[in-house]
Amino acid sequence: MKSEHISELEISLLLEAIYQKYGYDFRQYSKAHIHRRIRNRMALSGLEDVSQIQSKVLKDETFAYELLQDLSITVTEMFRDKDFYKSLRENVIPILKTYPFIKIWHAGCATGEEAYSMAIIMQEEGLYDRATIYATDFNQHALNRAKEGVFSNTMMKEYTANYQLSGGKESFSDYYTSSYGNAIMNQSLKKNIVWANHNLVTDSVFAEVHLILCRNVLIYFDVDLQNKVQKLFYESLINGGILCLGSKEGLRFTDFCEKYTELDKKQKVFKKKY
Amino acid sequence: MNALKFIFSSLPADFSLPIIIVQHISAHSDNEWINLLNDKSNLTIKEADEKEKIACPTEQSFGRETGNVYIAPANYHLLIESDKTFSLTIDEYVNFARPSIDVLFESAAESYKHKLIGIVLTGSNNDGAKGIKRIKEYGGLAIIQDPETAESPTMPASAIAAIEPDYILSLEKIIELLIKLNNPTITQTKIS
Repeated sequence: MKSEHISELEISLLLEAIYQKYGYDFRQYSKAHIHRRIRNRMALSGLEDVSQIQSKVLKDETFAYELLQDLSITVTEMFRDKDFYKSLRENVIPILKTYPFIKIWHAGCATGEEAYSMAIIMQEEGLYDRATIYATDFNQHALNRAKEGVFSNTMMKEYTANYQLSGGKESFSDYYTSSYGNAIMNQSLKKNIVWANHNLVTDSVFAEVHLILCRNVLIYFDVDLQNKVQKLFYESLINGGILCLGSKEGLRFTDFCEKYTELDKKQKVFKKKY
Repeated sequence: MNALKFIFSSLPADFSLPIIIVQHISAHSDNEWINLLNDKSNLTIKEADEKEKIACPTEQSFGRETGNVYIAPANYHLLIESDKTFSLTIDEYVNFARPSIDVLFESAAESYKHKLIGIVLTGSNNDGAKGIKRIKEYGGLAIIQDPETAESPTMPASAIAAIEPDYILSLEKIIELLIKLNNPTITQTKIS
């Protein structure tokens, strides 16, 4: 068998090793995704088979850290999917306005772009001061970058377009200061965001919240793990709380399909039944 | 897009092999083009859903029932699991594309091994070349559109440079070959 043909057994042994040594559990991630990322890492590091990766992961923490970054996807955007953010303003904000205080959970926030998008919307809707946004991820490196809130100006161009297409009416450049080709998000957006390390696979409920956003995270999980995480979300939401998933995600293959009503079927906005 | 229109308006209703497609398309595209393609076709053409099981013809239905055609959603990579279900990812662009052909081809090759046909059609970058190589390594069949007949020759030419294709054909001939391969005695899945 050629070296680039990865066997399922080798992969599952590697994931077991990562779990036992470092506590990060990728055992129920999409196999096709994991294979692809591991193959990429093998090509980059000149290793010939998965067993070599396993041996290196166990002995070399720097390498393990790199592999962790490979397996954790941090690709995100501000105001990704304009129609979703329109729906958020139209269907979710009016419900949030009825609460004296608002707790929001961005599960799997990566480098924070969506949490900042949410903060912007909450400010514009006059809700920011009574809101707490918990933005969590298991990738501490991504979380540190999120906390810094520094993004490249090139990306900001695209985000400005996304913002305007999604119904934003203010001047987007007022939300950051430019410096040496970077955009630094305003302190006023950060002050009610709590950045915290939380692993959806291994950690449990930490707060009772009114709104959960977890977009394009569950696509990386197998059906059983999706179901487990949906249980965590269900237990974290108040009755009548809102769950927002990615536009290609849903509750169809989970036990929780009947436990929510659809506020916006196409944009995957669900409301927990009383 | 014209190539896909031509193929899917030509394939007959008893074409049973599932087909999975990556078309480079804008991140903001809606599904209108998929509906249009479906309207013009005898086959059922739809967007691939997360975790959806790829319909596989049985021995009885093969060559009788209509197969399904699945299209990678805009702004997601499409992968195939070993249990023949779809996974989506929002990983970085590959060859400036998401969905990327290489990403689909490589994971399809791992899942279907030699029971796979890879087809590279017209296109203006080299996405697909690495993927078709992987399909060949696993014993699959490689069909490339003759660059001279392609609207944009770069993509098929890059694929031809990467491997020794089994066939280099015009669209008309590709359709003829596919119909021939849609024979109950051969069981393969094809991907374009």
